[in-house]
Formats: sequence, C-alpha cells, structure tokens
Amino acid sequence: MVNTLPQVAALLPVFLLAFTGLALLLVDTISPDARSNTSMAVVGAIGSLAALAASVWLVVSGTGSTDTGGAITLFAEAIKVDTMALFFTAIFASVTALVVVAAHDYFHDHESPAAFYSLVVFAATGMALLAAANSLAVVFVALEMVSLPSYVLVAYLKRDRGSVEAGMKYFLVGALSSAIFLFGISLVYAATGSLLLDDVAEGVGALDGLAGVAGLGIVMIVGGVAFKTASVPFHFWAPEAYEGAPAPVSAFLSSASKAAGFVVAFRLFTEAFPVGASLTAGIDWVLAFGILAAVTMTLGNFAAAVQEEVKRMLAYSSIGHAGYVLIGVAALSQDGGANGAVMGAAMAHLLVYGFMNTGAFLFVAMAERWGVGRTFEDYAGLARRAPVASTAMAVFMFSLAGLPPFAGFFSKYFLFMGAIDNGFLWLAAFGAVNSVVSLYYYSRVVKALFIDDPASSSSLDAVDVRPTGLYAAVVFAAVATVLLLPGFGPVIETAEAAASALF
Amino acid sequence: MLEALIGVTFVAALLVLLAPDEWAGRLAFAFSLLPFAGSLYLWSGFDGAGNALTGGDIAYATQIEWLEVGGRTVSWFVGVDGISLPLVVLTTFLVPLAIVSAWTPIDSRQSQFYGLMLFMEANLLGVFTALDFFLWFVFWEAVLVPMYFLIGIWGGPRRKYAAIKFFVYTNAASLLMFIGFMSLTFALGDSVSSFALPEITAAIADGGLGTWFNISPDRIAMVAFLAMFLGFAVKVPIVPFHTWLPDAHVEAPTPVSVLLAGVLLKMGTYALLRFNFTMLPDQASALAIPIAAVAVISVIYGAMLALAQKDLKRIVAYSSVSSMGYVILGLIVFTEYGVGGATFQMVAHGLISGLMFMAVGVIYNATHTRMVGDMSGMADRMPVAVGILVAGAFGYMGLPLMAGFAGEFFIFVGSFAAPALPYAPIFTALAMFGIVIVAGYLLSAMQSTLFGPFELETDYEVGPAPFHDVAPLAVLLVAIIVLGVAPDIFFEMIRDAAVPVVEGVTVDG
Repeated sequence: MVNTLPQVAALLPVFLLAFTGLALLLVDTISPDARSNTSMAVVGAIGSLAALAASVWLVVSGTGSTDTGGAITLFAEAIKVDTMALFFTAIFASVTALVVVAAHDYFHDHESPAAFYSLVVFAATGMALLAAANSLAVVFVALEMVSLPSYVLVAYLKRDRGSVEAGMKYFLVGALSSAIFLFGISLVYAATGSLLLDDVAEGVGALDGLAGVAGLGIVMIVGGVAFKTASVPFHFWAPEAYEGAPAPVSAFLSSASKAAGFVVAFRLFTEAFPVGASLTAGIDWVLAFGILAAVTMTLGNFAAAVQEEVKRMLAYSSIGHAGYVLIGVAALSQDGGANGAVMGAAMAHLLVYGFMNTGAFLFVAMAERWGVGRTFEDYAGLARRAPVASTAMAVFMFSLAGLPPFAGFFSKYFLFMGAIDNGFLWLAAFGAVNSVVSLYYYSRVVKALFIDDPASSSSLDAVDVRPTGLYAAVVFAAVATVLLLPGFGPVIETAEAAASALF
Repeated sequence: MLEALIGVTFVAALLVLLAPDEWAGRLAFAFSLLPFAGSLYLWSGFDGAGNALTGGDIAYATQIEWLEVGGRTVSWFVGVDGISLPLVVLTTFLVPLAIVSAWTPIDSRQSQFYGLMLFMEANLLGVFTALDFFLWFVFWEAVLVPMYFLIGIWGGPRRKYAAIKFFVYTNAASLLMFIGFMSLTFALGDSVSSFALPEITAAIADGGLGTWFNISPDRIAMVAFLAMFLGFAVKVPIVPFHTWLPDAHVEAPTPVSVLLAGVLLKMGTYALLRFNFTMLPDQASALAIPIAAVAVISVIYGAMLALAQKDLKRIVAYSSVSSMGYVILGLIVFTEYGVGGATFQMVAHGLISGLMFMAVGVIYNATHTRMVGDMSGMADRMPVAVGILVAGAFGYMGLPLMAGFAGEFFIFVGSFAAPALPYAPIFTALAMFGIVIVAGYLLSAMQSTLFGPFELETDYEVGPAPFHDVAPLAVLLVAIIVLGVAPDIFFEMIRDAAVPVVEGVTVDG
C-alpha cells in the first residue's frame, strides 16, 4: 500500500465499479432515448477498464500482499483486501469490460438496452465485494448482490420465451440454494459463535461436541458454492440459463459469476474452515470437494460431447471447467507443501478461462447477431466470410481444450501438477482424461468453421455485417489468450503468492 | 540469433495472412527466403561441438527464464548442435520450394494457406532448436494445428477424415509421450532445478532417478522410455502405428505432403534420438532386439505395402515408412556411423521424398490423376519433370553419389557390426533386402506411367509443366547430388554430435 493513501483506497476497484453503475443510471435518466445504447456502453467500458487498471495497479504495488504487511482489513474486519481479492477483481473487471463492449452491438436493436449495462456493472460490484468479504454476513449479502441482477439479466430478452424460462429456472434454483447457503451460515454461527472468518476458524478448532452442527453447516455452504460455480449437484440451471440467456449474459455468468463462486470457496475453505482444523474435527470436506470435482468434470465433458448446439456445448464445457477449478480446493491437504501452488493454479486457470470462455460465448453472440443459427452445422463455412473472428474462435477452442500453444495448456498443466505434488494423482488423472475427451467436441467447432462447406452459398450473407464492438471484444480476448502463454510467469507467480498467503 | 530466425518466420506468417490472395504466394516465397538465408548464416558461423544434451558446446544458445513450476524453472532455451542444425537448414530449404510448388495447385484462400505454411515453418524451427522441454513441447504441439488446417481445408475428397485422423493420432501420441516424460521429471525429484534438456540428461546419467509412488527408478525409466517411444513411433511412423500417414499424404495437397514427409516425420526420429536414445540409452539398449525388429519390419512391410499400391502418392507415402525404418535401425545400433547415418538419412530422405512428392504433384497438376493404370508415356509430354522424377527415384533406390546412398550406406556400415545389438548382421541383411523391393516398385511404377506411348483419357491439355513447377524439382535434385557427392558438409558435424550419444550406452561384454 502506498503510505500516503488511506487504507480504504484498497477498495478503489469496488468503488469504481459501484460509481460506474450509478453513473450508468444517471446517464439513462438524463438522456433516456437519444443514442443511449452507445453512451451507456462507453461509460460502462470506461468504468470497468478503470476498475481493471486500479486492481492491476494495486496488485503490482503490493497492496495487501505478505511483503507489505499483509492483508488490509476494513470496517471492523468485515472486509479484507489481499492479493487474492485484487486478483479476482481483475478477472471480474476484464470480463465485464469485454461483455459491455460486446453488448453494444448485441443489443443494437433492443428497445431498452440501458438497464443491461447497469445490471452487469452492479453484479460486477457485488463480485468484487465478494472477493474481499471477510465475514459470512458480507459473503451472503455480496452473493445476493451478484445473484439478483443475474436473474434479471438471464431473462433480459423478455419477449423471448427461452430467455424468460431460463430466468425463471435460474431464479428458482438460485433462491433454493441461497436459502441452503444461508442456513449453512447460521449453523456454522451456532457452532462457532462468530461470523468473522478468523473467529470461525478458531471455533472450528474447538467445537466441543458441535462437530455435527458445524459439519452440516459446512456441507450446506458447499452446496451454495456448487450452485454459484455451476458444479454438481447444483448444476442443472446452468445449461438452461446459459442457452436461454442473451449470449453476452451467458459469457458474463459462465466466466465472472463462476469465478465469484470460486473466490468464496477459496476464501471460506482456507480462512474459515482450514483443512487441518476441519479434518481434526472430523469434517472431511476435502473428500467432498474431490468427489464433486471428479463428477463435475466428467459430467460436464461427456454431456458437452453429445450436444448439437454450440451454446449448449459451451454451457456443459463450462461445467467441466468448474470441475477442473474445483481441484484447487479438492487437492488441499493437511501438510501439503503444494497447497498454495494448486490453489494458485486454479486462480490462474480462472483468469485464462475468463478470456477464452468469454471470448467463445461472445463469438456465439456474434453468430446470434448474424442470425446464422445455433447448431454446429449452422456454423459450417463461417471462416470463409469471417476469417478473423473464426480464427479467434479456433484459438478459444484449442485453448479450452488445453492444447499447448495457448494459455489454457499452462493453466491446466499447473493445476494437475499441483494436484500430483499434493498426492492427488487420481484427480489429475481424471482431469487429464477429461481434457482428452474435450478435444473432441471443441475441435468440432473448428472443423465446422474452417473445414465444412456451408449448407448453401446464400446462408452466410448475413455474415457481411461487421459489428465493431463484438469484433473488438472477441479479437481482444483471443489476443489475451495467446499472450498469456508467454506472459504466464507473472500471472502464476502472483496467483501462487496470493494463494500461499491464505495458508 | 535463433529467436530472430523463429521470430522473422512468425512475423512473415502474420503478414502473409493479412495479404490479399492474389500475391500471397509470391510474398510468402520472398519471405521464406529470409529464414533460409538466416539458417545459411547460422551454418557458416556454426561453432558448436559435441552433443547439446550431453554437455557439448551449444551454438547460438540463449537461455531466458520464463516461469517456474513446482520449484523448476521453465525457460526460453534454444540452441543448435551438429544434429539439429542440418534439420534446421533442411526445414528452411524445403519451405520456399514447397511454397513455389503450391502456386499451381492452390487456387483458393491463398493468403491463409501460405500464412499457415510459414506458421508451421516457425514452429518446426522451434522444435529443432528448443532445448527446454516445455518450450519444445509447445512448438511440437503447435506444428499440429496448422497441419490440421492445411490438410482439412485444401486436401482431397476425404480431407476431413484424413485431417481428423492425423490430429487424433498425433495428439494421443503426444499425450502418451508427455506423461512418459513427466513421470521422469517427477522421479528425478530435487536433482533437477529446471526443465532444460541438458540438465535432465545429466541428472539421469548421474543416477538421479528416485522412487516415486513406490515405483522403483528402473521401472520408471523403462515405463517412461516405452511411453515416449510409442508416442514418437506414431509420428515417425513405425509399423503398426503408420496408418494415419497414407491417408494424410494422399489427401494433403502436394506442398503439404512435401513438408509432411520432408520435415514432419523427422520430428519423430529427431525426438526419438534426443529423448529416448540420448536420455535413456540403457533402456534403449536393453530393448535393442525388439526395436531393431520393428525397424526391420517397418522397412520390409512398408516397402511391400508400397509395392501393392496403384496411387503414385500412396507409393511414395508407404516408401517413407520404409525409409524411416532405416533411420530407427541406425539409431538403435548405437555406433558412430549408425546414429550419424540415421541423422544424415533424415536430411537425405527429407530432400528425396520432397522431390518425389513434388514430381508426382507436377504430373497430377497436368493429368488430374495419380493412378498407375490411368496413364502411360508421360515422358513424351513432360520430359523435364519426368527426367527429374526418374533421377529422384534412383536417389530413393540408393544410387551412389546421391544423398540417399550416403545415408543408407552409413547406416549399414554402422549397423553391420554393432556391439550393442545382438544379431546385428542378420538385422542389417534383412533391412538391406528392403532396397531391392524399393527398386522393384519404383521401377515398375515408372515404367508403366512414364514410358511407352502416351496414353491418357483426359479433356485437359497435357504439355510441359510451367517453369515454376519444375524449378523447385531441379533445385532439389541439385541439392541431393551435392549432398551425395560431399556428405561431409553435414556428416562431419553430425558425427561430432553423435559420438557422445554412442558413448552414453554401456555395452555388455
């Protein structure tokens, strides 16, 4: 932390996002009709980029890192800014920026696009707050702050039956899992007598016969995390919501919202329920997460392999990736020297995933904008009309599959290696096998784009429209996915340092 | 220096991708001369000695730390020695010729085609120069992506099947190899602090392998050797992992076949030499008999398959399987001439098979058929191209004073009395028999297609091939003869780098 600034400046990215959301509402009030779509998109993009810059700057300057005096706690320790919080804020802000820029073209003929931008930015604010939450109460409030705008966003195309139905499903499952999560929190509070994570951890160390209550509470909290990250067994909403929602919203939910779920998991299961104390108390959530991770990645990948629609395939692949990232919690061990490494690798994977998955969904948004259809066959031959965007999509697909020339290879590799170093060979083996399966369905997209012939020569005429914002977002995400390969060093080092500080 | 070579090729690929289709071909050719000139410059100033992996002097070495994983550093570590430099020169030499040979057959999406060709060249250069496992693996896999598109987009009627088959086969093989190598690094534990290949080689030689997950070091080394051998065997390819090759070759357009046979197959043999035979020589010599057996089977079976084909391109494709068998035989005998000859044969075969594929392509451009029974008397209509094809075929059969003869001769000299391989004379004699079959199928195919009265049912006007089709053939033929007359221009440095490999093996008795 730069000494001259007050401690609260560590929350600068959160404030920037919140102010951006308010500014968006203001802009909408001042000029409700006149070209509001463009001005809203510009404000939203500037705000989220500013938040990104702020969080990157804070990480680089070492705010909250162990080198500069440790995490900064604020508001009676309810908020705690450390490198992990800032790292995740950077993920949220970059995904938000991509989505906002892309949405400008996606909603070009929507009757009221304005509310979209403020909802996205408010959800991002909630995520940034979630990353810095140090009390179970703040965790829950922030989680709701993410969830409520998300429900609206999924149902944003209110004349589209699919969108509305998806929003309804998402809301019902979400309300249920929120209730479960909240009940879990209250059980943990009953057993440990505190909501602050550090005190909860102390309480878990001395449960005095309340291990059953605390254990049940923790299991319920795991359920809440599973919902937010779209993991088994609360994954049912994900394919429906991602498919029915407007594609930029799917991108936002499957990248940023999923990362938000993981930051909760990472923080709670290191600071509130540390591995050692939990295992001593007989609460083996490591095994629970291990099973969830294995089942989630297997289910996601195999379900993705049989889909006929690209968006739905991406939805299941997103479930599969949640399974990979869960390794970051599932491969923790009591005396594991590689705890920081494996969780750091999971964080790095989420960052890379933030670009490659968002980019893939935004390509789908572009296809929806063109109106070429939703299935693999409908994508046939797109590369002839749109070579740049198709190349970007190929980059996303190969990177998601974990092929070496792209950043997805490194992040997956580090994750599996961390798991092996911690003695979880079986999890790494599950991950590797699933990665091989995933190559099949990811390469189907590439094959359709580049190799297959279009159904008819006129079917692609709509492709000649060049939506600038969407193009810019997709190309930028592809460039980031490629550049993160040579630039992976600083990312993984920051992530590992951030994760190690939690143990 | 090497990063400039690779970087220039990457930038050239990007520029060509953005260029308009009309002059993408010329532009790509002009750009591809830059890395060629660069590699000649590297050759002229080459000052390496010994083998890069066993502590020799690495020429043009650069090592920059990239990142750290599990306490080991990954770095940008490139350099060349006597084994890799000839392959670098081969790559940069073949690519411009392949690009020129594409001018006639490639008539759609040219800028993408030539861009991908240059992109592949950049990654191939990376494969042959990288001395850090991770860096090498990134380049190794990155070669597959452009190849997949090159076959899948511009290939023949069954291009989709061939492209997917190629992609799946080689990717599965890469995974197996990757797991094999990783188990080695895990077993090495703290005795290495990086993924640099020389360091890992030294650590294995010093007995750094430890027990991992209760598996003894010897067993890990053997499992790793087998995993890597199988992984590379697909790439080479060795019978019975060769079935992707004829499909890929037949469907791929001519210039892609040239690079596939000329350079991509050498990735497999190069990697076998570097990883299996240099890092784990004891495991290799323990398996000498089975490996020599698959090598000889590849030679004979590949040649027999070629004998049974009617498609000229399939004939050349299967004969590559046969030729690669010689290379494996040369490697497994662990003698100076065997290993050196195998490396020399990689270069020689790269040139000769490139020439053959290109010549068949020129005939196909004119006749639109490659079937032996469909045509005869091509020599009347295309005298120059056919003349060079015949000369190349004799090179394949091992005519003295051509590169193929030198390579095979060195291998047989090295393998006949090899101390590390029991029954070496028998294996050598059997492999030599392959040459007879090669002569058989090449002569009979040439006789029925090239000579006799001209006959071909076609609507096309069949005349002499255009200059830019024939010129690369002539250049290749000159190179083959030069290398055959003066093999020492490469063999000297190859031998220098091969000797430490040979010394790495302990021969019983």
